[in-house]
Amino acid sequence: MEILDALLQGFATALSPQNLMLMMLGCIIGLFVGAMPGLGSVNGVAILLPVTFLVPPTGAIIFLAAVYYGAMYGGAISSIMLGIPGASTAVATVFDGRPLALQGKADWALVAAAVGSFVGGTVSVILFTLFAPPLADFALKFGPQEEFALMMLAFATFIGLGGDDIPKTIFSIAVGLVLAAVGLDEISGQPRMIFFDLPGFYHGINFLVLAIGIYGIGEILWTLETSQGDVKVSQASFAAKRIVDAFKKLKASIVTIISSSFLGYFVGILPAAGATPASLMAYGVAKTMSKDPNTFGKGNMSGVAAPETANNAASTGSMLPMITLGIPGSPTTAILLGGMIIWGLRPGPLLFVNQPEFVWGLIGSLYMANFFTVIINIAFIPLFVSVLKLPFTILAPIIFVLCIVGGYAPTQDLHDVWLIVIFGVVFYLLRKLNYPVAPAVLAIVLGPLTERALRQSLVAEQGDITTFIERPLSATILVLAVLLIVLPAIKMARQKNNRTSVADGKQP
Amino acid sequence: MTTRSAELLMAVLMGLLSVFLMWKSAELEIGWIPDRGPGGGAWPFWLSAVMLACCIITIFRWWRKATPESRSSVEFMDKNTRRINYITVGSLVALLGLTHIIGIYFSIFLFLLFYLRFVGRHSWLLTGTLSVASPVFLFFFFEAMLKILLPKGYSEPLFYPLYQIIY
Repeated sequence: MEILDALLQGFATALSPQNLMLMMLGCIIGLFVGAMPGLGSVNGVAILLPVTFLVPPTGAIIFLAAVYYGAMYGGAISSIMLGIPGASTAVATVFDGRPLALQGKADWALVAAAVGSFVGGTVSVILFTLFAPPLADFALKFGPQEEFALMMLAFATFIGLGGDDIPKTIFSIAVGLVLAAVGLDEISGQPRMIFFDLPGFYHGINFLVLAIGIYGIGEILWTLETSQGDVKVSQASFAAKRIVDAFKKLKASIVTIISSSFLGYFVGILPAAGATPASLMAYGVAKTMSKDPNTFGKGNMSGVAAPETANNAASTGSMLPMITLGIPGSPTTAILLGGMIIWGLRPGPLLFVNQPEFVWGLIGSLYMANFFTVIINIAFIPLFVSVLKLPFTILAPIIFVLCIVGGYAPTQDLHDVWLIVIFGVVFYLLRKLNYPVAPAVLAIVLGPLTERALRQSLVAEQGDITTFIERPLSATILVLAVLLIVLPAIKMARQKNNRTSVADGKQP
Repeated sequence: MTTRSAELLMAVLMGLLSVFLMWKSAELEIGWIPDRGPGGGAWPFWLSAVMLACCIITIFRWWRKATPESRSSVEFMDKNTRRINYITVGSLVALLGLTHIIGIYFSIFLFLLFYLRFVGRHSWLLTGTLSVASPVFLFFFFEAMLKILLPKGYSEPLFYPLYQIIY
């Protein structure tokens, strides 16, 4: 009952004229950003975060959550119409979305994507509403030791589940944490790592500097490199009858859509897993469960619905640890979390106690955003398609300009903008060499929180490091973190052994 | 340069950076202060040490040819990519450099003019419209709505009449 009351309050907050407008604007911008090849929710949120200082925190998070949501929907548009995924989260949508478009059934694919996204979003936001308050209640018991252990768990998931080169992943995390340490040492108040005595380093390196560098400048360099080929836009005709047909066809995919919603939500909760693996897993499960798996990859509507359902569900799932524990479940939520700190909020379980309006306003807005996005999505498809035809040489310089002014606005220091360009180029080169970049963004956001939790725990216990394993909760979390790192490493070593023994002519 | 050489070069450069960061964080106490826990420099120092260790492992794996990049003899950046990257990064650096002198609005105008016309080869009409409209829009958005002053360098006096309109 309590939850229902709070949720109604949340709806009231979300429906205030200003928030409603911000939500719709966010959905539209998100749809566009998501539909642009190369740009996804994380780019949109990173580039737009600086402009949200104009509105109160609740409005700001509603706007950015709508951008996040819209981008998840939008990713499908370019996957289907161009055959290029709008973001990594929509890669699996290409598998069946593109064949459908080539068969002249782009509208069917778009409807499948929209309906899947809508159901996935709705199921996951209901799960979110049910799970968030008890989890936050539980998390109120956490001391700095548990907070530190949780951060370690978040990093461990990137190492264990990220699927990237392990030394390179650890390097990326460490870089993010070191960059976060620049500026004044919070505990002793001494200046730390002031490179070349430049005054700009005294205020530290804001996470946005790295996020805009990587997801703005770096991403565009990446896209300029990869999009050198010609892009072919499929034509879609929209007739009411065909849309009704599409809905009828989609009946066969109901089970897939529901199961992908749950799968997406729970995969989304795990830090590092997020929407991309969720959508690929959902596609795999849908194919395995299907009666005619052979039609997958040739234009099966379930093949479009499954990944789109899962990526939307995962995007809501990744907000659960962000809101309740203060641990982001994806790079996009890492940036949202950083935003919350800038807006003067302290992410974590206390949000539910101290800022109920903020939390429930956000939850209420997720229900609404879901509803608006599906309508705007279907209504604006022809417009999106014409924008998609814009050459990248128009889009790229405009995004660069947005990065530059967006990077300047928060601190109003050109020093930060120079850093954005430097980080953009360096991390683009690192990414080309298969260094994962998302862990660095996660780490720069979590860096100050991690260091504070570590040092607070140690100061309180007179420097006794065993405090982390003496407390049952933090010990359990740390054991989980260690397992997450160790298990994949063992598995990898085993596979390698097997390969060597096969190569030597022995049986594995 | 092949991808294989690029991987080695990057690992060595990042390793050197890690050493620099370790040295820099050692300006503060990096050891254990009795009964207090780690000193102010310990956190970044040991993390930089972890960075260095990762670089050394990457170099070792490069030598063993264990990573896909270390086995790749493909050119790290082809000619077209190099060209577009030099132009893009060069023009961004020029944009920022000019911002210190003539301010951000005129720099953005010149940047868009250059990029749209000479890189994108778009028509003068489109180039002109976007190059003028973008800084004008940004001016009203940032200065009038957000009250955030963007840097104007020596072009500041030109904005005095506009200030009178918006403030």
